[in-house]
Amino acid sequence: MTDLKIDKEIDARGSFCPGPLLELIRGVKSVQVGQTLEVLSSDPGSNRDIPAWIQKAKQEFVGAYPEAGYTRFVVRKVH
Amino acid sequence: MIHQIVILGGGVGGTLLANVLARRLRADEAQIVVIDSHGEHKYQPGWLYLPFGEETVENLVRPERHLLNDRVHLALGQATKIVPDRHLIEMSDGSAVPYDILVLSTGADIAPDAVPGYAEGAHHFYSEAAALNLHEQLERFQGGKLVVGVADIPYKCPPAPLEFVFKVEEYLQKRGLRERTEITYLSPINRAFTIESVSEFVTPLLAERGIALETFFNTEQIDPIGKKIISLEGTEIDYDLLVLVPPHRGAAVIRDSGLGDAQGWIPTDRSTLEVKGHPNIYAIGDATDIPVSKSGSAAHFEAKVLSDRIVARIHGEPEEEHIYDGRVLCFLETGHGQASQLVFDFAHPPKPPDPNAFYHYEKLLFNRVYWYIVPNGFV
Repeated sequence: MTDLKIDKEIDARGSFCPGPLLELIRGVKSVQVGQTLEVLSSDPGSNRDIPAWIQKAKQEFVGAYPEAGYTRFVVRKVH
Repeated sequence: MIHQIVILGGGVGGTLLANVLARRLRADEAQIVVIDSHGEHKYQPGWLYLPFGEETVENLVRPERHLLNDRVHLALGQATKIVPDRHLIEMSDGSAVPYDILVLSTGADIAPDAVPGYAEGAHHFYSEAAALNLHEQLERFQGGKLVVGVADIPYKCPPAPLEFVFKVEEYLQKRGLRERTEITYLSPINRAFTIESVSEFVTPLLAERGIALETFFNTEQIDPIGKKIISLEGTEIDYDLLVLVPPHRGAAVIRDSGLGDAQGWIPTDRSTLEVKGHPNIYAIGDATDIPVSKSGSAAHFEAKVLSDRIVARIHGEPEEEHIYDGRVLCFLETGHGQASQLVFDFAHPPKPPDPNAFYHYEKLLFNRVYWYIVPNGFV
């Protein structure tokens, strides 16, 4: 995780479902193909919504990394 | 000291707040100014009915001056910039309006141009003109693929596109076109509605009415020649008639003043309604980034709380007990003369009752009596 280069970070902590998912979607729209985006979410619903959206959108789900009180979701834009 | 209270925007929240403050504060305590760009108060929830010919534009607009208490000064003009350091608002005519307390009730703008192909390919009912145009399109429609959806979240009156799809299904039945029409509803997230309990309520209704639900559909562009709507997720859907709630943004004056986030929504404390980092500025209604419906109902309840806070502040009394709890009350038309009701706050999600005729007529009645009970703050 520490080696991963993050091109854009969005802190969506404190925002409720579907806020973090929508922030991630906006983030994916705004970065270039090949770039990596990280969204911080404290909403438990994100554990289900965010990986499901990444799969549907056929982007690359790098991983979900639990931290104290929130999770870092990392996605790479591949197309 | 006479406090100069300036309210920027004469929508539901701004008008109600001005009238309540005018009743509760004496002339030697406060001067109340509403700045509004056009001086017309529009009852936007009524736009849902225009495409079906069930409402007229004339019923949905009143002069703002007629709705305001005589003590409220209405300043007509375009605010171009808010300058918090100098406690003033710059106007397009070169004048400046000073304030001691500022309330931003600047609402939300629609941004159809944010979607390539929107102007040529899509219709909506988020302005009078667009809703009337959609009425003509519906009257001409002879069946085919009807696609209804939401381009982006947040948008005003969250149940409205669902209400539209239920109403249009009924409309097509009445015109004998239902059998010849495929209806699809597009949602940007993985369910029909942002609030889970409402989603659980409407999803079976959509299925019952034969309306297909396409989830995780974030509109990227519209191809008006090929008549396709294309999503960021790579899905393409053909349409003959496309009704898409356009993306929304905060007002230009908020964006131009650097007071909004990336979409122009004002970072606002959801309990105190204070604009973050600006103790003399409050925000209510659609303009804020508060995670609650962008609706007249939220603006209404926020304005009530804010009137209590401002009166307490001017009287030197504690403001802490006056807290916005996220309260919203609205109706959800489900077609065929029925509706449900959504009542919720930050801590309690809505539990929509089964649709019935009572809520439908209550909504229609509210649409008529709005002018006499809401802007003056009587309810």
